[in-house]
Parts: sequence; C-alpha cells; structure tokens
Amino acid sequence: MRHHVLPVVVVLAAVVVLWYAAAVWLNYDTAQNLADDGASRWDIVAATMQQDRPLLPAPHQIAGELIDSTLFRPLASPKSLLYHAGVTAAAAALGFGFALVLGVLLAVGIVHVRTLDRSLMLWIIASQTVPVLAIAPMVVVVLGNIGLTGTLPKALIAGYLSFFPITTGMVTGLRAPDPMQRDLMRTYCANGVQVFTRLRWPASMAFLFPSLKVAATLSLVGAIVAELPTGAQAGLGARLLTGSYYGQTLQIWAALFAAAILALLAVAVIDLAQRALVRRRGGRL
Amino acid sequence: MSAWLALLALALGGPLLLALLARRDGRFWQIATPLAFGVLILLAWQIVCQGFGVPPILLPAPSAVARAIARNLPMLGADFVQTVLRSVVPGWLIGCGAGLAAAIALDRSAFLRRGVLPLGSLVSAMPIVGIAPIMVMWFGFDWQSKAAMVVVMTFFPMLVNATAGLAGTGAMERDLMVSYGASYRQTLWKLRLPTALPFIFNALKLNSTLALIGAIVAEFFGTPIVGMGFRISTQVARMNLDVVWAEITLAAVVGSASFAALALIERAVTFWHPSFRT
Repeated sequence: MRHHVLPVVVVLAAVVVLWYAAAVWLNYDTAQNLADDGASRWDIVAATMQQDRPLLPAPHQIAGELIDSTLFRPLASPKSLLYHAGVTAAAAALGFGFALVLGVLLAVGIVHVRTLDRSLMLWIIASQTVPVLAIAPMVVVVLGNIGLTGTLPKALIAGYLSFFPITTGMVTGLRAPDPMQRDLMRTYCANGVQVFTRLRWPASMAFLFPSLKVAATLSLVGAIVAELPTGAQAGLGARLLTGSYYGQTLQIWAALFAAAILALLAVAVIDLAQRALVRRRGGRL
Repeated sequence: MSAWLALLALALGGPLLLALLARRDGRFWQIATPLAFGVLILLAWQIVCQGFGVPPILLPAPSAVARAIARNLPMLGADFVQTVLRSVVPGWLIGCGAGLAAAIALDRSAFLRRGVLPLGSLVSAMPIVGIAPIMVMWFGFDWQSKAAMVVVMTFFPMLVNATAGLAGTGAMERDLMVSYGASYRQTLWKLRLPTALPFIFNALKLNSTLALIGAIVAEFFGTPIVGMGFRISTQVARMNLDVVWAEITLAAVVGSASFAALALIERAVTFWHPSFRT
C-alpha cells in the first residue's frame, strides 16, 4: 500500500499543476478583455483564476463551489448539491437493486437451463453493443406519458445499463467450480439445490463483487443521463444540463465531481460488504 | 380475442421450438437458436402492438419502425455520416491510439505506472459522459466536440487494459528474450505486444460501444441539425417514436457490426491464443 502512495501523490500534484496552467492558458483571453488597460500581466493571470464563468475553472474554484453548495445551503433547497446528489443516488441505487435481482436470476437460469443459455446469451451481449444511453431519453418520455415519472424511469435505465456485468460475472462465477469439485459433491450424494447453495453460489462470490463495482458506476451513469432529456428539475444530470444552458461552468464541474465522489462512495460500500463476507468466511472469498 | 390466442400460441410454442433447437449441436444450430429467439420477440412485439392497439406514441410496432427506416433512408444516411464517420471513428482511433501509446510510455517507468494506474482506474470509474457539455463548450457544436468526447471516453479503458496486457508476460519468457540478446524494441514488438493483444482487443471492443454512446450523448448538448443524438432528442419531443426507433436500430446495427468486426479481426490476429484454439 505505502508502495503506491508516493507515486500517486506525485502524479496527482502534477495533474493539479497542469490544471492550473491549463486554466491560465484557456481563460487568458477573456481575462485580458475584462482587465483594465493598465493591468499588468500578473494581474491578468491572477484574474484567470477568479472568473465567474471561466472556460476552465481552477481547482480551488471547483473545491470552493463544491463546499459552498453542499455545506452552506439548506438541504431541501434546489441550490444544495447534496439534494441533487441524493435524487440521483436514489435512482441509481434503485436501478442497481433491479440489476442485481435481474442479473443474478438470468445467470442462474443461463447456467441451469440449456435453452436459455443457447438463446439468451447472444442477445445479452448484443444488448450491450446497443448504445443504451441513446434510448434513455425516449424511455423517460414514454414512461412519463403513461404516468410514470420521478425515480422509477431513471432507475429502469440505470438497471438496464448495469445488469450486464452482473449477469456475465455471475455466469462465469457459477460455472467456476471444476469437474473435480462437482464430482466430489456427487459422491456426497448432493442434490441440485445443495450443489447450488454449497458449491456454485459460494464460488461465484469472487466474480460477483468485481462485477458489482462496475455495475454501481454504470447505474450512476445511467441515472445521470436519464435526467438529461426531460428537462428534469432535480438531480446531477439536471445540474449538468442547466449549467451548460446558462454557461455556469462552475456548476457543471461541481456536479461532475459530485458524481465522481458518489461513484467512489458506492465502490467503497461494495468493498466493505466484500470485506465483511471475506471475514465471515475466514479470510477467503 | 384473436390477439390473446396468438400470444398464447407464441408463449406455448416459442419455448418448445427453442428447446428443440437448443438440443441440436453444430455451428448452424448454435446461431439459429438465438436468431429464432429474436424473431419470436419481434413477433410478440408486433402482436401486442397490433392486437391491443398500443398507441404508436408509446411503442411503435416493428413493421412501423421498418417503414420509418425505409422512408427516411437519406436522413439516416446523413446522421450516420455525421455521428459515426465524422465523430466516432476519428475519436475512437485517436483515443485508442493515445491510450496505447501512453501505456507503452508508462511501461518504461515503474514509478509512473504505480502513480497513474490507480488514477486511471479512478477516472474509468467516473461518469465521464458528464463532461459532454464542457466538450461542447470548448470545441463548438460540430463534430469536433463529439470526437473530443469520444477521445476522452476511450483513452482510459485502453490505458488500463493495455498496461495490464503489457505486464502480462511471464519472467521466463522475458528471460528468454534477454538470453537471445533482444533489444527493448524487439522484446516489445515480438513478445510483449502480442501477449497484450487480447487485452488491447478487449479495450477496442469495449470502446466501440463507449464511443457511440459518447458521441450520441454529446449531441444532446448541442449539434448542427444532423446526427443521431440530435435526431433522437428532437423526434422524441415531436412524438415521432417510429423515427426514434429507426435511429436506435441504426445505432444497434452499427454497434453490433463494429463489435462483430473487431471480434473477427481479433480471431484472425490472435489465432494462437488458447481461447480460440480448439
């Protein structure tokens, strides 16, 4: 672990320095136009980091906006980033739940029923070569027409996007036990249910958790994109859209970083669950 | 009433047919089974739409979508050129190329690799589609902003995958190359890049879908009046769902075809890999 800390810190510092340089470079023209005639070059450079609508905000501006819009706004107000993040996280979490149920059920079916294996697997793969997010606006609008609004349409898109890694991971995992282990179960006279609960299911956990981490970020992406088309009033996607309409770059970047933080939190929660399971199983997944 | 009967017949006969098909072995039947499944789904969709009078603003029937495709061929062609040929292909080539080059460069320094890789997987875990409005702001409404979006989306998966692939050679193999007196360039070209090829193709296939998504989502934030994302968002607003489904069909065909083409190239290039040997 410590082996990695120094390189990561160095690279991060380099990214921040480059970011400041890029901010000065990109914002210089507008800052020059706004500056007084007598302004020195350094004044203009300083001004590039304090604009209201910079082409590229400096890191400290984004951090300031993040802190300002999370800590110093009432939680229920539409100006609070926490409120928007909560709306998106709720949709993503519900979608993730759908994906988990659907993904595991499909995988169990595919592993045990030959017909399903033969006819479904190709379509499951094909379903992911379709740019799913392209359908997102239509699904939201259509479901809105039949009276479904709010969290559910977004959750459906998030779920559609994230069931795939869970299904493929679980199919691989449920098939992971080798013939020797299955033979052993047979010599124990185990029936199908027992083989499933004692051998296949435990063996699949090592494949399930990495898939869950991928699925969690995908469901977040799905929820955010689902918020774009309907002119949604709430959610990180709506913040991105209004930010881009009104040129509020700080708002866009703050929403982006909020989304990234949400994704990291989701991955961290899944990691905790994985650790708990590992501990219960005596140190092995 | 007849719609219920037709649906019932399909629900009983369909699985039976699939089960029969699935019991046959051989290459032909392995492709025929999923195809039959697809046809059955389309049939059920058509029966539901026609028999129960589902309004076309909710779900157009497959036949209506087919008509919309036939009617709008020139428009679909223009959208294809704008979105796929102008935005996706250049962006995908640049993004994958840059990712691969960065991976090879990083490979020479263990320090940099340890620093960049965790950040790279961090960025891959972020909802990158969110930067679409920023790309539109920086690069304008035309295809340049979409291509830039695609570059950003495809760069990190390629970087992470190619780095893993380059690290995949065993110590024995590298020792053998050293004992041959091979230079860095020779080792890279003859041993490490070929070993990394399955990982690289994995990223190429993943990126082909990501690139299409990136370009279409970027078009939601502003485009000239052509392009698949533009068409989807405007036609949804006008409730012309048959045209939207025509665009989705086009996107699905492009996505599946590029995936299949890459898979075929992979088979031809990495024929020696255990997963393809029979």
